[in-house]
Amino acid sequence: MSPKDISRRKFIKNLGGGVVGAGVAIQTLSAKTRKESKPPSKSDSAVALTFTVNKKPITLLVEPESTLADVLRNDLKLTGTKVVCNHGECGACTVLLDGRAVYSCHMLALDAQGKSVTTIEGLMDGEKLHPVQEAFVEHDGLQCGFCTPGQVMAAEAILIKNPKPGKEEIIEGMSGNLCRCAAYPNILKSAVAAAEKLNKS
Amino acid sequence: MQFSYIQPTSIEEVFKLGSAAPLYAGGTDLIGLMKDDIIKTDKVINIKKLKGLDKIEDKGNKGIEIGPLVKIADLIENETIQEKCPLLVQTAKEIASPQLRNMGTVGGNICQRPRCWYYRGDFDCIRKGGDTCYAVGGENKYHCIIGGGPCFIVHPSDLAVALLALDAKIEITSENGQKTVPVNDFFILPEDDETKENILEPGEIVTKIILPEQAKGFKTTYIKFKERSSWDFAVVSVAAVLKTDGNMIKNGKLAFGGVAPHPWMEAEINQKLTGLNTDEASVDAFTSSLFHNAEPMEKNEYKVILARNLVKRIIDNLA
Repeated sequence: MSPKDISRRKFIKNLGGGVVGAGVAIQTLSAKTRKESKPPSKSDSAVALTFTVNKKPITLLVEPESTLADVLRNDLKLTGTKVVCNHGECGACTVLLDGRAVYSCHMLALDAQGKSVTTIEGLMDGEKLHPVQEAFVEHDGLQCGFCTPGQVMAAEAILIKNPKPGKEEIIEGMSGNLCRCAAYPNILKSAVAAAEKLNKS
Repeated sequence: MQFSYIQPTSIEEVFKLGSAAPLYAGGTDLIGLMKDDIIKTDKVINIKKLKGLDKIEDKGNKGIEIGPLVKIADLIENETIQEKCPLLVQTAKEIASPQLRNMGTVGGNICQRPRCWYYRGDFDCIRKGGDTCYAVGGENKYHCIIGGGPCFIVHPSDLAVALLALDAKIEITSENGQKTVPVNDFFILPEDDETKENILEPGEIVTKIILPEQAKGFKTTYIKFKERSSWDFAVVSVAAVLKTDGNMIKNGKLAFGGVAPHPWMEAEINQKLTGLNTDEASVDAFTSSLFHNAEPMEKNEYKVILARNLVKRIIDNLA
């Protein structure tokens, strides 16, 4: 067996796991919808999670094993955050936790207890795109677009930390986000342009 | 994965909980292990709320104490570490990706499990309690060239390699008290126990990483050779702490990652380094003697050459 076979096998296995996981989540949700009149009890093991998502305070019951990405997508319907590798490697699930970029697929939702989470949905001001989003549109910083929410959040995290990052700092800050279309040159241009845009405004 | 989530607020509470559950801090390794069913558990003990374990304290001539819950990103940005131990900053910057550095902790980095694809995959390998190391006769490009048997992993931590070169110590606390061990004694070889990478027993927690006060006048560097430049585990890495005088290396230390089941340092190598002339012929003679005692596997002999060339690059750059 070659290493390629193993990683491919593992990839397919994980993909299968992801699909099964999604199926289970949908069942849980529809079961919950049917019992809506009852108190919101998921199971005996569910724990209350209180945190801020896109500036709104939220409290809900989550299973301890739920990842932050699970809760954002399945419970809060914030599906802009994408789960791709589901192993904390590709960056599509990047959100901000207290202003820092993290992989939401690779941390438990309960780790966000008392913290502030920003997702791609939190960047827009009503119908107005955030400057980082605008820069990605203007500079064609995407192809299929699946990694884009994560790329945008990674770029935003760099600018929160340093509003005037150098190119090296941007490259370094974006290094935890993969793009299978390899749109990297324009992703980089977009992130650089976003920095310039924010400094002008 | 399905488990209950326990949140002790003091270390005494952790001890009372017993030793059957994994400790969860940054989670960057544990979540992956649980998702892949390598670790199966019905409870997880979140230790992030334990007080006092997330600090970096400058203790003057007693060195610097680093709490195990310090995040890698915070280690990089800490002014004391930046000023007094640039090697650790340089090394920490090489760890994983920005997101993982925002999540993962110093303690977790040194206690992380190996990345061997047989260990991480669907193989009942010797590290998981089976009786076979599939790397033997299998795909062993990334496995160890020295110190292996009966299991042939390499240790994945970057920090541990730098800590070894810096003579750091690890404080371990259990219900029965505290002990402090040098980094070299913290990690173990598969011949001692092929199912774990360090001396930690159930019920023991790393409570401090102690950096001794660094002697003045040393030049330091960490070189990590990766197959993918954006972020990856080391194929081979070298941490160097050297003192030079003109064309001579007065003394120094080299520690290696990616070559052995634990961060690797050899007294013989460091002895040869002392007094080494930095002219090309002497450096070539020194580097070509490195890992002469290695026992590479079918597909990883290249690591011997890589380690030698990285050391040559370090001497060229520093000396």
